[in-house]
Amino acid sequence: MSKFRKNGKKGMPAISTASLPDIVFMLLFFFMVTTVMRETTLFVKVQTPKATEIKKLEKKSLVSYIYIGSPIKRLQASYGSAARIQLNDAFATVEEIQEFIATEQQARDEKEIPYMTTSIKADETAKMGIITDVKQELRKANALKINYSTRKGTY
Amino acid sequence: MAINRRGLPEINAGSMADIAFLLLIFFLVTTTMDQDTGINRKLPPMPDSEQETPPEINAKNIYVVLINSNNQLLVEGEMMQISDLKAGAKQFINNNGMNPRSSDNPEKAIISLQNDRGTEYKTYIRVQNELAAAYTELRNDASLGKFGERYADLDKIKQKEIRKMYPQKISEAEPKNIGGNE
Repeated sequence: MSKFRKNGKKGMPAISTASLPDIVFMLLFFFMVTTVMRETTLFVKVQTPKATEIKKLEKKSLVSYIYIGSPIKRLQASYGSAARIQLNDAFATVEEIQEFIATEQQARDEKEIPYMTTSIKADETAKMGIITDVKQELRKANALKINYSTRKGTY
Repeated sequence: MAINRRGLPEINAGSMADIAFLLLIFFLVTTTMDQDTGINRKLPPMPDSEQETPPEINAKNIYVVLINSNNQLLVEGEMMQISDLKAGAKQFINNNGMNPRSSDNPEKAIISLQNDRGTEYKTYIRVQNELAAAYTELRNDASLGKFGERYADLDKIKQKEIRKMYPQKISEAEPKNIGGNE
């Protein structure tokens, strides 16, 4: 056995890992600060259209989302493939939008209500009929600031 | 010092990294970095019942853009490709009375947009985008000429001044249902 010299003791000293927690914590804080939790599961397929004149959506806490598109593959057997509206975690009808906006407004401070924006995330293949209906309901609910969600790009 | 030496033994911090890693991976997985972007618009409020009749607007100050259910464009009575819309809109807005059948000045120019219920959302956004691009370019030209800077780089007061020169007036009419879509 003594044929083999014990290499371990003569090799390089172990690298100190004492600062590893610090590095990891730094990364952790970075991700904690930049993170935005995904709050809804999408039941509709949404690929937003492309546009160039886009603006960033500010103050995410004041934004309510309306998703419009055809149901995802898994749900097409039971819901069909016609475009539908999704509010929060469920399919909704056009009539339910006013109620949805009212609850969203109640959840916010009264002073913030004029700054609330409704983001319409609609699939590019959706027809304007359903979007117009949504817009009319938003007018009735007095939620006039809207944002058509788009990706950056050109055709 | 004496207390320290005799006090509790140091807590082993060796597993701190593991805990931090665990949290780090959790946040890595749940993170969505993409910023939401889009086109901002303001809807008109619902008309009141006792609202007075809207003021008469000279027809030459209105740039009529119609989109049908086949996603085709009819601009001022003529068919047009979407790619030509920006140039057309710019010419209309910046007419300043040169062509007697076009707008008097940018402040009076109004773009009227009407679509069919069967129009594809994609086309609608493209048209909105082209019209917005026309205004952006005009504002940029104006601010470069006046302040030597791009519109986006100006401060708020100067931006307001430019905005007053080129107010973005896009009016949307109630959609019609000519295509017979649901």
